[in-house]
Amino acid sequence: MNASTTPDWRDQIFEVLQDHDVKQVYHVPDAGHGRLIEACQRSNSMRTLALTTEEEGIPLAAGAWLGGQRSVLLMQSSGVGNTINLMGMPKTLRFPFLTLITMRGDWGEFNSWQYPMGQGTPKVLEAMGVLLYSVETAAEVKATVDAAARSAFNGGQAVAVLLRQKLIGIKNFGKK
Amino acid sequence: MSPNTQKATLQRRPLVKKILEGADDNLLVIAGLGSSNWDITEAGDRPLNMPLWGSMGAPVGMGLGLALAQPKKRILVITGDGDMLMSLGSLATVAAQQPDNLAIVVLDNEKFGETGNQATHTSPLNNGPTDSGAGTDLAMIAKGCGIADTGTVRDASEVAALVKDVRTKKGPVFRLVKVMVEKLEFVMPPQDGAHLKDRFRQALLGHP
Repeated sequence: MNASTTPDWRDQIFEVLQDHDVKQVYHVPDAGHGRLIEACQRSNSMRTLALTTEEEGIPLAAGAWLGGQRSVLLMQSSGVGNTINLMGMPKTLRFPFLTLITMRGDWGEFNSWQYPMGQGTPKVLEAMGVLLYSVETAAEVKATVDAAARSAFNGGQAVAVLLRQKLIGIKNFGKK
Repeated sequence: MSPNTQKATLQRRPLVKKILEGADDNLLVIAGLGSSNWDITEAGDRPLNMPLWGSMGAPVGMGLGLALAQPKKRILVITGDGDMLMSLGSLATVAAQQPDNLAIVVLDNEKFGETGNQATHTSPLNNGPTDSGAGTDLAMIAKGCGIADTGTVRDASEVAALVKDVRTKKGPVFRLVKVMVEKLEFVMPPQDGAHLKDRFRQALLGHP
């Protein structure tokens, strides 16, 4: 067990989202974000929505913003491709958009099926005008997500934080 | 004749006009791209309309995000069969949240109107070599997704109840309305997305 007193980086993300008054949290089931998703589900100030595809998160965020609420989309890099057409909405409507992406096919990935979308993720997001932040170590998570939230909600940008596989750890399929 | 092969008799423009009659600050409207956008605009452009010019498959998600953010307002999504077919999963996401202030109206003419009236999947299965769909029933899909209050409207005698249901009944409400294929004038709202969004927020929240 981890004897360190530093909080888990997913708990730190939850705190940042709370500090920025995020009210709606969209996600598809994800091991990397799992602990964060559960914290949001238990929160009294957040509404957590499970999606059938990541694409739904963009119009949901647009609708939430129309109604005066901030939101975040939690997804894996494998879901990014599903969002690309509607990822144009933040640019067209000019509304703040924040997404946190757990990377696959990035660092020691064992599953060859994850590489194409994992490697394509930064490029397709950039092509759609999404501002990219990237974080590889737990110590940088809080400051990076906070900066991303400021760029989104104060600066009016579409922002993605790539939580690199080096941070999350290599998936080992149940072997602890 | 099975109900699925009845010829549609309802006209979308007067129908949408009736649905939106007397719209006040309590009614927030999102319309899908193409015909639904022109329909709500002919009924009267207003800041609390969010007519989409693109983003096919987005209206139901937008309506849900808005409904959860504004639980005291009535949210009405008006869109077409082609748009709805592109985001069937969003109906399951709506069902999971059960927003009591959200109504979805799908105007189903069984065609992709903006691209030359090609058949959508809601067209009958064996409708000739160039006009066949699958007979897809979007109201059944909505019900299957977990939206308990769904229905299909085909007749002028059902319109008054339709208007009442989508304006006032406890949501989520889903109504499929079979409408005629018509060639109608484009009645266009402002196109700039940031402007549409800002005027909506200004009217709703008092700031852009």
